[in-house]
Amino acid sequence: MKLRVATVWLGGCSGCHMSFLDMDEFLIELAGLIDLVYSPVIDVKEFPEAVDVCLIEGAVCNEDNLEILRKIRERTKVLVSFGDCAVTGNVPAMRNPFGPDNRENVLQRAYVENARNNPGVPKADGIVPRLLEQVVPVHEAVYVEYYLPGCPPPAARIKEVLVQIINGQAPLLTGPQLKFG
Amino acid sequence: MAAKTLIIDGKAVSAEEGATVLQVARDNNVAIPTLCHLEGVYDVGACRLCLVEVAGSTKLQPACTTKISEGMNIQTNSDRLRKYRRLTLELLFAERNHVCAVCVSNGHCELQTLAYSLGLDHVRYDYVFPKWKVDVTHRLFGMDHNRCILCTRCVRVCWHIEGAGTKNVAGRGATARIISDLDQPWGDSESCTECGKCVMACPTGALFHKGATAGEMEHDRDKLEFIVNAREKQQWLP
Amino acid sequence: MQLDDLKALVAKHIGARKKIVLRTCMSAGCMSSQADVIKRNLEAEVKAQGREAEVEVRRVGCMGFCGQGPLIGVDGLSAKEKLFEFVKPTDAPAIVASLQGAACDVQVGNPDHPFFARQMRIVRANGGIVDPERIEDYLAVGGYQALHQVLTEMQPSEVVDEITTSGLRGRGGAGFPTGLKWGTVAKSAGAKKYVVCNGDEGDPGAFMDRSVLESDPHIVLEGMAIAAYAVGADQGFLYVRAEYPLAISRLQTAIKQAKALGLLGGGIFESPFNFNIDIRIGAGAFVCGEETALMASVEGKRGTPRPRPPFPAESGLWGCPTLINNVETFANITAIINRGGAWYAGIGTEKSKGTKVFALTGKIKNNGLIEVPMGIPLRQIVEEMGGGAPAGGHIKSVQTGGPSGGCIPAAYLDTPVDYESLTKLGSIMGSGGMVVMDDATNMVEIAKFYMEFCMEESCGKCIPCRAGTAQMFHLLEKITQRRGTARDLAKLEELCDMVRHTSLCGLGQTAPNPVASTLKFFRSEYEALLQPDPFGPRPSVTTQSAEPVTL
Repeated sequence: MKLRVATVWLGGCSGCHMSFLDMDEFLIELAGLIDLVYSPVIDVKEFPEAVDVCLIEGAVCNEDNLEILRKIRERTKVLVSFGDCAVTGNVPAMRNPFGPDNRENVLQRAYVENARNNPGVPKADGIVPRLLEQVVPVHEAVYVEYYLPGCPPPAARIKEVLVQIINGQAPLLTGPQLKFG
Repeated sequence: MAAKTLIIDGKAVSAEEGATVLQVARDNNVAIPTLCHLEGVYDVGACRLCLVEVAGSTKLQPACTTKISEGMNIQTNSDRLRKYRRLTLELLFAERNHVCAVCVSNGHCELQTLAYSLGLDHVRYDYVFPKWKVDVTHRLFGMDHNRCILCTRCVRVCWHIEGAGTKNVAGRGATARIISDLDQPWGDSESCTECGKCVMACPTGALFHKGATAGEMEHDRDKLEFIVNAREKQQWLP
Repeated sequence: MQLDDLKALVAKHIGARKKIVLRTCMSAGCMSSQADVIKRNLEAEVKAQGREAEVEVRRVGCMGFCGQGPLIGVDGLSAKEKLFEFVKPTDAPAIVASLQGAACDVQVGNPDHPFFARQMRIVRANGGIVDPERIEDYLAVGGYQALHQVLTEMQPSEVVDEITTSGLRGRGGAGFPTGLKWGTVAKSAGAKKYVVCNGDEGDPGAFMDRSVLESDPHIVLEGMAIAAYAVGADQGFLYVRAEYPLAISRLQTAIKQAKALGLLGGGIFESPFNFNIDIRIGAGAFVCGEETALMASVEGKRGTPRPRPPFPAESGLWGCPTLINNVETFANITAIINRGGAWYAGIGTEKSKGTKVFALTGKIKNNGLIEVPMGIPLRQIVEEMGGGAPAGGHIKSVQTGGPSGGCIPAAYLDTPVDYESLTKLGSIMGSGGMVVMDDATNMVEIAKFYMEFCMEESCGKCIPCRAGTAQMFHLLEKITQRRGTARDLAKLEELCDMVRHTSLCGLGQTAPNPVASTLKFFRSEYEALLQPDPFGPRPSVTTQSAEPVTL
């Protein structure tokens, strides 16, 4: 039975997934070693049950992020914080220093002050998720087993972690492979 | 000067009297992490990363300010020290807004390098997310307090190498900050000679050349040591 | 000036005294309740009732029973001292009339109350008795005779030996043997040496040093002069926090008076010994009570600590050997010289000699300043002298040592108050703050209060103290707001250990003590506030993969 692997994209720029795709020809080899059961790069709508490993890109920024993260946690054996946004909050968390009402302020700035046409904060309950008061890294919302920092983590670093996991080892990164940024 | 013998991490070494534990360790290729230490200026023992265990003493001693003595037995890398060092770095990362990805010093930052060298893969403490200003009033340089770790290297080079006395520390506790002159915008400073030594000394991206963008700011710390050696020891050939 | 001249001065001063003395406490505590108006009214009333020939109104320092103030002591009326409590400015006519037997409904205190009876006054011997603004009053109780004796009859090394014999330990908190410190400074080579008195008392709830400085400034000046002779210094600095304006003004007066009589300055008692004292006023930083930060502040620099060694005894002010002692330490010196080190060593316990002044505050009936022999059981202080918790309450804990100290639970009230016993319980003697808590007190809130204090007073120089105390406060806030989990408590304990062992100076090294001691004795109060982890237990997900990823 091949490992059931998922990747997910929360509050981030998708750069980590781009870097994932940068693994180039290893992706072909990887396809033979794992089942990719959920990912922004495949067309699956619902996060499946009984997943072995999930790489989580992005910080936890809105209610939707939090909801899916909790669902992922329930259904996944091992979570890996994938990239700096997931590990530290990184760029998405840069709204946090603006205080408790930062979510109103950033929406105002983006959708009203900087709008050329139709200024107005988009509101559609059930469709547009509400921002959380503070952006948090993934490990502040759910248990996380392993960390894969980098902005984005270079393809070789991602490969290193995946190979270790496929070999049944606890992934261990050392030295510059742990570099933030 | 009399020579002293001592033991560092189980290895017998000899060194000149008056040397610090840090100097002797580095002379013998024993790496002790530091942040506030800077070759060329005096030490303040503030960052606490270089703490070492000295046999017979219950207190941990900063390697940078502790003078060696005969028969000293020093442990520089115990599990306990590594744990404290990681915790110290976690506290630093949580304290201000260190966003490596968009920092001018990404890839050339001592804080970043230390974090991965010590195996720090995430910060368990809640980030404080304080609101700090960026002072870009100076013609040539900028100061981003979000990235400052208060090592006071800039203050020391400004007072003791350049002799200008522009940089200083104000405030207490978490509100302590580096200031220019009497807490004025840096650009209004009349004492600043624009020598740039503070920028060379900075371990992080807190002080930077204007115009540098992410990852472009490389600090030239060796130049400071060169200036001091030239002045004090009349040595200017590499 | 010679001793004979001084004695003549004293005889004249005593001769001018009147039969009845109304001692009006003019310390900061009673002053805040209009003691100055009371004194003025009393003086006017003595005049109005025509009693000027027999009655004098004297300004005195703190009598100690601050919770009952403003206080007025009456001497010369009967064999026993009479004490008026809670005096108001409008009570003046009745009090003066009562001196001739008229009825008076002002509350009268009991001088035999255990609060007074159990005390042993060495440091505070003159508090509430002498006029702190008249050097003649201090001379009349034998002031400056110890200095005269030292200068005319003793070698400096003999003075150090006497202090060593006494067993006196530093009263600022750490309890370092005073004789050893003096001996080190005396032996340190240096053309210039300094004596510094640390009056930067800053622990919340502590006011021992303020009271000594306000009530009896000369005892400190004399102690400093004796120290200067013993270690070979000719310049002293008295570092007082700016929040003590009355102490500063009385010290200024005292220094001026002592100089005028040749008891400070050049050629003291016409000997070759010179000693000047200058006052340095602190700017409000708690950390300046730490000796290396204090020295930086005296030098005019930002008050931040530096690593020791070198200790001030070798390299202190401007790199010169410097003796730093606390106000209370210096206030013990004259008694030790006058009565001998052996006498002093006979008081207290084996390792903690002499007496200690405590500021007894909090949830206790009798608030105020007490001076007790070392080794007295804590229970005697809080239950007998302090009268226990106010109506309805029970004593839960006693906090000693301020933000560097710990909370001692009621079960340990029989502990003798000495340096070692308090340390064993995870607290410290400290400078003498003693805050009593009753069963309505939440110990986690107390720990948070002290942590907030340390966080705000951290100088910001070293990371563990600056960022560590901030994180600890944040965790305590989370816990008290019922947002904390078991993981937060674990982090708090981890930081207790780390901040204690890695901080640069005493402020950071002891900042975790209130948390550690309440965690030790009142852990259930923390646990009661914890919330279930929102993460829930770590999920166990069954997958079909062969065996990997147990990880």
